[in-house]
Formats: sequence, C-alpha cells, structure tokens
Amino acid sequence: MQFGIFTVGDVTTDPTTGRTPSEHERIHGMLAIAQKAEEVGLDVFATGEHHNPPFVPSSPTTMLGYIAAKTEKLILSTSTTLITTNDPVKIAEDFAMLQHVAGGRVDVMMGRGNTGPVYPWFGEDIRQGIPLALEKYALLRRLWDEEVVDWQGKFRTPLQGFTATPRPLGGVAPFVWHGSIRSPEIAEQAAYYGDGFFSNHIFWPAEHTAKMVAFYRQRFEHYGYGTAEQAIVGLGGQVFMRRNSQDAVREFRPYFDNAPVYGHGPSLEDFTAQTPLTVGSPQEVIDRTLGFRDYVGDYQRQLFLMDHAGLPLKTVLEQLDLLGEEVVPVLRREFAVNRPVQVPDAPTHASLVDVRAAAVEPIAVEPVAVGGSVEVER
Amino acid sequence: MSAKSLVVISAGLSQPSSTRLLADRMAAEAASLLREQRVETAVQTFELRDVAGDIMNNMLTGFPSPKLSAVIDAVSSADGLIAVTPIFTASYSGLFKSFFDVIDNQALAGLPVAIGATAGTPRHSLALDHAIRPLFTYLHAVVVPTGVFAASEDWGNGADAVRALPDRIERAAGELVPLVAASERSRQVHDPFALDGTFSPVGGFQPE
Repeated sequence: MQFGIFTVGDVTTDPTTGRTPSEHERIHGMLAIAQKAEEVGLDVFATGEHHNPPFVPSSPTTMLGYIAAKTEKLILSTSTTLITTNDPVKIAEDFAMLQHVAGGRVDVMMGRGNTGPVYPWFGEDIRQGIPLALEKYALLRRLWDEEVVDWQGKFRTPLQGFTATPRPLGGVAPFVWHGSIRSPEIAEQAAYYGDGFFSNHIFWPAEHTAKMVAFYRQRFEHYGYGTAEQAIVGLGGQVFMRRNSQDAVREFRPYFDNAPVYGHGPSLEDFTAQTPLTVGSPQEVIDRTLGFRDYVGDYQRQLFLMDHAGLPLKTVLEQLDLLGEEVVPVLRREFAVNRPVQVPDAPTHASLVDVRAAAVEPIAVEPVAVGGSVEVER
Repeated sequence: MSAKSLVVISAGLSQPSSTRLLADRMAAEAASLLREQRVETAVQTFELRDVAGDIMNNMLTGFPSPKLSAVIDAVSSADGLIAVTPIFTASYSGLFKSFFDVIDNQALAGLPVAIGATAGTPRHSLALDHAIRPLFTYLHAVVVPTGVFAASEDWGNGADAVRALPDRIERAAGELVPLVAASERSRQVHDPFALDGTFSPVGGFQPE
C-alpha cells in the first residue's frame, strides 16, 4: 500500500501571526515538503493545479520535474490535473516528458476542477464539465496508447496523423487515477478504463465515500478488470498531530476556524465527527485511518493533506516527521494484516512495464504500435 | 398500500410562531381531507430553526449534518409539502431560502407543494406569488394555485370578510390533497448513481 501527501498549494495567512508567505516562499515550501516526504519514507507526493490566486501550483510538471531531480524513490503525482480545461495533447506530452525525466516515477490524477471562471478563462463551459472530462480523457488515452492518432471530437480541433512526443517511457502511459467527490460518471469512467478511483474523502461524510467507492468497485468488476475487491482505490485524509491530543487540538483550532474551505462554519468537533479529519495524537490518527478500510475495503493509496490553511512550513515539516516516523510504519504493518492476497498493490511504472511485456511477448512478430493498437502507418 | 408522506416546513423563528401556527392549520386541513378520502398519510413537521446552524454549515462545507440530512431526505421523498415562511424585507426569510438552496436542485421535481406566508401586514401578501412560487417553480415542484397568506389581523376576523383565512386554508388543502393522493414519490427508490441514458464513458461525440 502507498502512503503520501497531497497539497492544494494555497497561500493563506497564518491566523495566529497574521503573516502571509509570498508566492515564492510558498512554492519553495512545497518543494521542501515534497523532499521531506521522501526523507521520512513516504511513497507519493501529489500537487493540485490552480489558475487563480491565492493558489500557486499552475504548472505541476514544472514543479514535479524539479522534485524528480531532488528525489530518488518518491512517486510524483497530481491532485488533480484539470482534464476539463487543459489540452489533452499537452497533458499527454507533459506527463510523458515527466516520466522520462523522473525515470517512470509518475502517475496522474484527473479531476474536473470546481472553480467556475477557470472554464471560460480556458475557453470552456463549466456546464459541460462531465462531457469535457469524458471526451478529453478518451483522447488522452489514445495519445498515450497509440503511436499515430486521427481524432475528431466536440471540444478540440481535430488531429490527423498526430504523434504525441515523447512517447511514454517504456511504451506505458502513467497510471491514471480519477478523482471525484460526488460524480458517479467519473467513478464509471475510472471503472471503464480499469483506472484508479481516488475519493477526495476529506470534505464529505464517510458514508458518502463508502457508497462512491462501492459503486466504482462494482463497475470495475462489470468491465472485466477483476473482482470488485481488486479495483484500485485511493483515499484522501487530513490530520494534525501532537504527542498529546489536547496540544494538537489547541494548536490546530485557529487554523481550522479560519480555514478557507470550512472556516467559520461547523466546530472542529463536529467536522471531525462528520468527516475523516483527525486532530490528535499519532495513535488516534493510526486508529482512525485504519478504520477507513472498514468502509471502503482494502485499498491501494492513502494521501494526507498536511500543508494548508496557513500552517507554517516548520510545523508542516514536524507533522511529516510524525507521519513518516510514527504513523505510516504502523499503518503499513496493520493494513497488511488480513489483506487478501488477490488484492493488488497500486500499479507503478515498473509493474505496468511487466504487464505490457507479458501481454506483448507472445504476439511480437513485427513492431507493433505502442499499446498494441492498430492504425500504424509509419 | 404504504402511507403517503406529507411534510411540513415552517421557517418561523419565535416560539411559538404564527408561521408554525399557519403551517399546522394547513397541515391539519390537508390531513383531514386525506383521512376523509381514506388515504393513509404520515405527517412530519420540521421547524427550520432547529437546523438553522446546520443549514449554514452545509452552505460552508458542502455537505449536510446527519440531523439536516434527515430533514432533506424527508422533503425530497415526500408526496406533498406544505412550506410556510415569514415575510422578511419583502420576501421569504433567509433561513427559508437557505434551506432550499442546500437541497439538490433536482430533488423536488414533481413534488406537490402548498405555500403559505405570514407577516405583520397584508401589504406583503404578493410576496407569495412574486418570490415563493417562483422558487418552487424553478425547482420543478408543482405549486397549487392558492397560496395562503396570513397577516396578523387574519388571526382575528378583520382582514378579509369575503374569504377569511380558514376558507383560504381549506381551498389550498383542497388543491393539494388530490396531488398527494396520486403521488408515487415516496415509493420511488432514488438511485444517486443512476447515469443519464445518453451517458457514454468515452464521451458523447458522434462524427457525422
């Protein structure tokens, strides 16, 4: 099972000091956080994508490319890449390039984005969010899996004889997760392709996440990729820890109360009860997180949101120490207990290369298109 | 046959409130007519004041608390709704509007609704038709023609000697009851994962 962190990349005033970091400072904070993630033994770092202040990560592969050079094992991912408003051609190329740069340590999470004006800023219509996500991803898949693509659709200028470059590393595209809070269409899409489904989890009650994941698992089985329990599931989580539970609550409360997303609304206690947010000791975080398996089944990836709401970099790095040293080792051990052998790990570049080699070998009579597709005219 | 579900929403703030009083009168009249027609009916009444904080939290977080969720589910699966608000500043109260703002905008489609409003003066009475009726029309609910407005003086006998408050309540209930009796909404199973019939996982574009 993979453990990691995902960041929104917000520039938020620290409510306890009134201090606001500069964009430059925040960006370098994110880079430090990613490197810390590898240092403390986490598996994944994922960054959001935004095109409006107060968020800084508009250019994820630039940031991830730097992190790739500074790390050795960390898987670089997104949370999420805007499939609705980006050009799938550019996504195909950016992430294939990142695969080569990072030696394959790359996957990507598709999301629609819920910032209304971003759609018109990029020439799209938010009311077409789902159709955009479906059509653009269908094209993206082909750009990665087929060497030469002829394509025509509703939302992009047609392509004739187009080859996205560079080709995916080793002929296998980055593994794709589809992130969604509440759209069954996206869970269906993930199942249709046999891709991963990532439930944001942190802004909604657990019963909701349980239903969405169960739906995805059922559809994954329907499309013939394996049994429901073999579907590839990721979850978000959100924690703040100190050795003593009371210290964690006291320190985190002003950040919670003023947080851009849920601040000035429910109490910390209500929000903790109604969502996966856990504020307390490392042991409380361990207990709560292990409970996720009770309602989504054995899953493949757990990402935590750690750096938001104006928390200072120093605090975030301390949190990562606690996460990496005290929480994740126990989670790895405990999640492995009674995990059915047929439940797979999350696909990695290496595992996908193996799968492809196994699939291609018996029929490798002559050079075939990448992904085993037709329409090669070279 | 399972009982019909009649839900009553009152956005009155004081305890007791004349808004709740009107809601109760409208509900009692409808329940009585349904009984006469031997339509078994379960009536549930909710005061929005009891979930006021939950409604605002839902606005801010995007999801309802368990307590609010129960109210939303009851309204969404009802066979009939009686919705009554005080008139504040020429329209429904903010609490009334906020409650309907946090419900999915498809959830009330086809729901028979009788609307009512209270105010200190009869000069607010058109708010029923210029504000409250359009709100439910937007949600594709079926609003009966008679809205029941009760100014303070209606609780005496002075306001309208031609058609007094009890007459208007009776008329609205008479319009609502056949729709409730015919409704199958409470028996329908709502599938939150149902996909549109035109859905295709690869997008909908078909080249000519």
